[in-house]
Amino acid sequence: MAEREQKKRSGQSQETDAVEELPATSESGEKLKADMDDLLDEIDEVLETNAEDFVKSYIQKGGQ
Amino acid sequence: MVVPKTLGVETEYGIVLRGTDEPNPISASSLLINSYLMVREPRSQPRVSWDFEDESPARDARGETPLHALAPEIETHLVNAVLTNGARYYVDHAHPEYSTPECADARSVLIHDRAGEQILIESMAAAKTMLADHQEIVVYKNNSDGKGNSYGCHENYLMDRSTPFGQIVQHAISHFVTRQIYIGAGKVGTELPGMNRDEVTFQLTQRADFFEEQVGLETTLKRPIINTRDEPHADARKYRRLHVIAGDANMSEVSTYLKVGVTAIVLGMIEHDAISKTFTFADPVRAMQQVSHDLTLKQPLDLDDGTRIRAIDVQQSLFDDAQRFIDEHGTDSVGGPVALDVMERWGRTLELLRSDPMELADTLDWVAKYRLLEAYRERHGLSWSDARLAAMDIQYHDMRPGRSLARKLGLQTIVTDEEVFAARTDPPEDTRAYFRGECLRKWGDHIVAANWDSLVFDVGVDPLRRIPMMEPTRGTRQHVGTMLEECNTPLELLERLNG
Repeated sequence: MAEREQKKRSGQSQETDAVEELPATSESGEKLKADMDDLLDEIDEVLETNAEDFVKSYIQKGGQ
Repeated sequence: MVVPKTLGVETEYGIVLRGTDEPNPISASSLLINSYLMVREPRSQPRVSWDFEDESPARDARGETPLHALAPEIETHLVNAVLTNGARYYVDHAHPEYSTPECADARSVLIHDRAGEQILIESMAAAKTMLADHQEIVVYKNNSDGKGNSYGCHENYLMDRSTPFGQIVQHAISHFVTRQIYIGAGKVGTELPGMNRDEVTFQLTQRADFFEEQVGLETTLKRPIINTRDEPHADARKYRRLHVIAGDANMSEVSTYLKVGVTAIVLGMIEHDAISKTFTFADPVRAMQQVSHDLTLKQPLDLDDGTRIRAIDVQQSLFDDAQRFIDEHGTDSVGGPVALDVMERWGRTLELLRSDPMELADTLDWVAKYRLLEAYRERHGLSWSDARLAAMDIQYHDMRPGRSLARKLGLQTIVTDEEVFAARTDPPEDTRAYFRGECLRKWGDHIVAANWDSLVFDVGVDPLRRIPMMEPTRGTRQHVGTMLEECNTPLELLERLNG
């Protein structure tokens, strides 16, 4: 019982920890974009074609 | 007693059999491993199998086994092979699992972890020849399916039996909670019970959501931050093996290297009582998840004395202690010269995490994955809950070289392709894995069973003969290389060992 209460409590307080976005500096932001453009073009070619089906069907048995 | 930090990593890979409506992950895993063994080691029939004689995964380091604790299943009927590089390759819990041989330092572990990846890659290719044309087995080096199912990447460290377990628990928890900032493999969304998946856009680790206890024996249910499995695979009077389940499988070489290299140093410091400050989290499980969910790395964590501290400051304190520790004690017990390189990278990583984590986009997994997904998201104007991002998250860990997004990113490397290729078949030379691997290579036909701490020979005339290997640092090339070269038969070897 005590454990269940604790779980609930931690679940609730977690919601208040809004996830902030990473503050990229403008300099590294610009560089990031330039480097990424070519790579994204290349990656587009190998991405799973039907993302939704792929994600849905990726089911694993729990392990250790 | 100073115990060298002999160490290794065991990885359960995610597995998918494409081209069928009813995939069976256990038979797919068996097929995958058997295909590899047939192609790579066709002459090693009958295959050397694992010897379960000394396995006792239910033994508890706290001295008592709680009644509710479940012994991890040992599925003795499943494929379970020992390779000439000293590694174990087997089916565990519906996953293919690769355990590196025992290594003497972080660099060696990294080489053997990468060799394991290479073996999985070759296994996929070998399995393709056994399957129908439209079928394919694909493996993923990750730890979660995004639906609440997790599988592990465990680390193992040899420790001094005389160090009180409570002392290990105290300091190792603060390290495992805070090291997530550089070892995390990154994940879209959360799988924490009670939260919606998209309440967290992206988090540092694959595993944090799955921890429910501070300390415990389980590995598949109610996972604890400190696992108490007390199964040293070595002389139990002298050693314990710390079985660490609170880490991610890494695609990045630097992440793997820091994960095991820094942890070996921290554990050495614990044995020497060389950690200056004790950080006791008010709620370690919650702290684990808080760190993982905080991309800013700035949220302070509650300590039980009412003060607060950020994960990076705990790591900085450990780093400062480690510098003093190494000045005083040297690096002999924590990885030798490799430990100095680990220190340099650890310090630099903390600096960059503090100033601009994005600078580590070619270095650490979570940063690399975050940068890629963020750029893709921006280009296509997607929300974080878009299935395309979840798909890319999984595909980051795809082991097929042409498909792996991690490999496409061209992350920094530490070891060479040549070293990795050699380690597919060659054992490390500086632990007992050398003796295991070389005996298998030379006399595989005469070895009927093997495990971490013994080999069982059938020399034809006598009863089966077991060679115990209770000292992980003995059986190195330096110790036994000449003897192995000089012996022509296993009988000669047994005579030399007994003489």
